[in-house]
Amino acid sequence: MPEQSSGVAVAFADARLVAAKDLRVEWRSRVVLSQLVPFAILVLVLFGFALDPDRTVLERATPGLFWLAVLFSTVLALQRAFSVESADGVTDALRLSGLDPAGIFLGKAAGIAVQLLLLQVVLLAGVSLFYGATPHGPVLMVSTCLAATVGLASVGSIYGVLSAGLRVRDSLLPLLLLPILAPVLIAATQAFTAAYERTSGEGWRWFALLGVFACLYLAIGIFAFDQLLEES
Amino acid sequence: MEHVVRFRGAICLLGRFPALAGVDLDVSAGEIVLLQGPNGAGKTTVLRACAGLVPVVDGEAEVLGVDLRHDHRAVRGMVGLLGHASGLYEDLTVADNVRFWARAARARRADADAAMARLGLDGRLADVPVARLSAGQRRRTSLAVLVARRPRLWLLDEPHAALDRDGRDLVDGLMRDAVAAGATVLFASHELDRAIDVAHRTVVLAGGTSQDTADRRDEDPLAAPVPDGEVPVA
Repeated sequence: MPEQSSGVAVAFADARLVAAKDLRVEWRSRVVLSQLVPFAILVLVLFGFALDPDRTVLERATPGLFWLAVLFSTVLALQRAFSVESADGVTDALRLSGLDPAGIFLGKAAGIAVQLLLLQVVLLAGVSLFYGATPHGPVLMVSTCLAATVGLASVGSIYGVLSAGLRVRDSLLPLLLLPILAPVLIAATQAFTAAYERTSGEGWRWFALLGVFACLYLAIGIFAFDQLLEES
Repeated sequence: MEHVVRFRGAICLLGRFPALAGVDLDVSAGEIVLLQGPNGAGKTTVLRACAGLVPVVDGEAEVLGVDLRHDHRAVRGMVGLLGHASGLYEDLTVADNVRFWARAARARRADADAAMARLGLDGRLADVPVARLSAGQRRRTSLAVLVARRPRLWLLDEPHAALDRDGRDLVDGLMRDAVAAGATVLFASHELDRAIDVAHRTVVLAGGTSQDTADRRDEDPLAAPVPDGEVPVA
């Protein structure tokens, strides 16, 4: 039992190390700030241009448009997060590092999750500004953002490492990822719709689905990342 | 003497191609062994197999007491590999990189800082992103990572490449210091004048198989280097 708990402690220490490294990479390169945030805002603006003639539709579609913008941005964030791991022998260095593979997975997912949460804050301000959508049910909305982000980051880390070593990773990752993430898009959109329409009871059922999805892929990542890193 | 590396008829495949076609190799604790041979002879594959990055599919292969046929990943935490690639994060600084990889190997921050100082990276260069370094400075940073991790077996693929004369002298000194501290070094190099001087023994690879020379440690240090490849291994 003590051996098991020390293994868990090592995994969490490694996760903290990897997440801190990823956030430092982002801090030094400013890719999220200079590319991801502008891209996500641009998506919101373009949705606005496409639906602006009918303001009612725009307001009703706000939850879906918000999560679509998050989803597209997630793909970009993942491509960035795993391109740094496949450059110039870093994948081999990771294999030889002595880091716990579960820790690497949790750290990568945590680093991506922090960036996605910051992005969602900006996008929430964006939909209020551009679409005039006033959020309600803050507890449901925050919970939805957290659960959906854990799901996005977990699935993204699994498929990110799978495609990292491939030459066609830039085109393959969205093809693999978007169908798998459809349940997150649907559930998060429904939960947000409930929050905007002040019917939180319905929204919590969708939140529960997001929670199950997040837990499932977290577990898969923790147990399978060792083999995935080996095959990448 | 205790064997750190022991290969008998080791075969490794890259795809369907036998990159190693029956290599015999013994490296004892505390040795510096030079792998020599033409391009494509299998030097890099031997080093990567010793690091547990390329599976040995047939024959016997044992590194640091780990049977690579049984579990080639178990040896990874005990070895350090300096390959052709730097293994560094381009956006991070030299200090960020060395400290991250050192902490990953459970080394202390002081070990990382000492390694940077040893490689001449502790001044202005410590805060420079790797993307802005010259090839030689990257090589020094990769070597600093290796030194900070304190592996039991050093696996160096062309360690003198891209380095100036001072850097090459430094690499030779690092190898000697590693052995003095109880580690073992297996390295591949085309820079024979320099490499033969630092190596205790040379193993010649050709076409994925191996030959071995005699141990030079008992010789007169002022004597001329032993020519390569005369004494076949059983």
